[in-house]
Amino acid sequence: MTLAQKGKVRVITGNSAAAYGAMLCRPDVATSYPITPMSEVAEQLSTFRSNGLTDTEMVEVEGENSAMNVVLGASMAGGRVFTATSSWGLSFMYDAVQHASGYRAPIVMVIANRESPGILAVSGGQQDIISVRDTGWIQVIVEEGQEILDMVIMAFRLAEDYDIQLPVMVNYDGFYLSYMATAVEIPEQRDVDQFLSVLKQQPRRQTLEPGRALGCGTHGIDLGFVELRYRQCMAMERVTTKLDDIDREFSEYFGRSYGGQIEEYRTDGAEIIIVTSGGAAGTTRVVVDSKREEGIKVGLVKLRLFRPFPRKRLAEVLKGRKAIGVIDRSVGFGWNSGPMYMELRAITPEIGIIPMLSYIDGLANLDITIPHIERVVDEVHNAAQGKPYQEVTWIPLEE
Amino acid sequence: MSIKHNPIFPCEGAWSDGNGHLLCLDTGSWRVDRPILDKQGCNYCGLCALYCPPQCLKDMGDHFEPDLDFCKGCGICARECPRKVISMVPEGEFDDISSKGKS
Repeated sequence: MTLAQKGKVRVITGNSAAAYGAMLCRPDVATSYPITPMSEVAEQLSTFRSNGLTDTEMVEVEGENSAMNVVLGASMAGGRVFTATSSWGLSFMYDAVQHASGYRAPIVMVIANRESPGILAVSGGQQDIISVRDTGWIQVIVEEGQEILDMVIMAFRLAEDYDIQLPVMVNYDGFYLSYMATAVEIPEQRDVDQFLSVLKQQPRRQTLEPGRALGCGTHGIDLGFVELRYRQCMAMERVTTKLDDIDREFSEYFGRSYGGQIEEYRTDGAEIIIVTSGGAAGTTRVVVDSKREEGIKVGLVKLRLFRPFPRKRLAEVLKGRKAIGVIDRSVGFGWNSGPMYMELRAITPEIGIIPMLSYIDGLANLDITIPHIERVVDEVHNAAQGKPYQEVTWIPLEE
Repeated sequence: MSIKHNPIFPCEGAWSDGNGHLLCLDTGSWRVDRPILDKQGCNYCGLCALYCPPQCLKDMGDHFEPDLDFCKGCGICARECPRKVISMVPEGEFDDISSKGKS
């Protein structure tokens, strides 16, 4: 492939970036029931449609459950589909979300992350995606506007790949990235067409066929159920390296790379590593730079792929470090720690027994600030020196 | 690890051949009303066949006919027919009831 042409740069919000990304992929059907903080995605897509920029069929639905079922049906009929939601909306479509992955429908859904129902919080946090981590969807968490747009394009490549055939959630911090306007390069339509054209050369997945009687899901019983679950898990396993491949291809063509499953920042020679995801990774970069100047050998690992969990690549980068700090924007009930911290603990056999510190911060729209992350780095650094440490810290409660 | 038995499903996803799986139960015996087509009014649009839940309407070239071994008499074809030329007639009015729809 030759290089893509440089696209127009526009200052747009994260929600708009998601809508632009979706439009460039020419979905056949898109539907979305508005919910704070992602409503703008639905508004933008409708605006594109009314301005004649896309011929995507926009289906008006009465709720998120219908939204997911509409795109599921359209996907099983062979269409390329897109939807978006947040928090309560994700909870309301919970059954359909699981249907989608069980039926292996390659749906792309963006989620502007928000605290989940339970405490009435109209505020940012990652609890909504944590609550659906075991639904069989691929979950990718992105950091900024350009990455939202680019990841939506890559998500279609990933979801619809013949080896994968799984739905993808592209996650970005609600209220922060969803509303923050940044400069985003919008690729040319023909370049996106070219990037996605690889899918056309692959075998066609099974879809509804006019004139042929097909059952779907109706006979997944007994051993059939086990077989389908196994295949689903195997497809999930293939996602890890596939995302790296797609990211590499994307960077060769468009000139922007995000590291695939994880993104490393100044991990060379780092004694301690801070692991975090989403917008907090941007702040952590700044802290890593300043702490490096102070002489603390710290690096950052941005977790992009959360499901499937990138255990191999994480083990490679974390092995041999002296201590690890994990900043979560959600809680893991029953473990009194962050969910990403729990998952990292699970790969201890691969990385060895070293101090691992869990930090819960940024719940309910509270900022994960530079002083917060400086504190994390200092404490993890001390733990690496063999000093006693506290395993779990709820940063806002200790300020 | 791999699947050691002969795979039940031919492809990724829970897709199965409807003719092999849908048309295997004795759903014909459930039938109380039978769809009867007025061929004069039929324009062969195929909506009846599209909506048929067990997919048992056979393409006859100029119209569709139910396979009475599997038609459960739900009446969706009659309801969906845009020309309203399918009527549901009680099974008691036919004398072939013992040979059709019973196994």
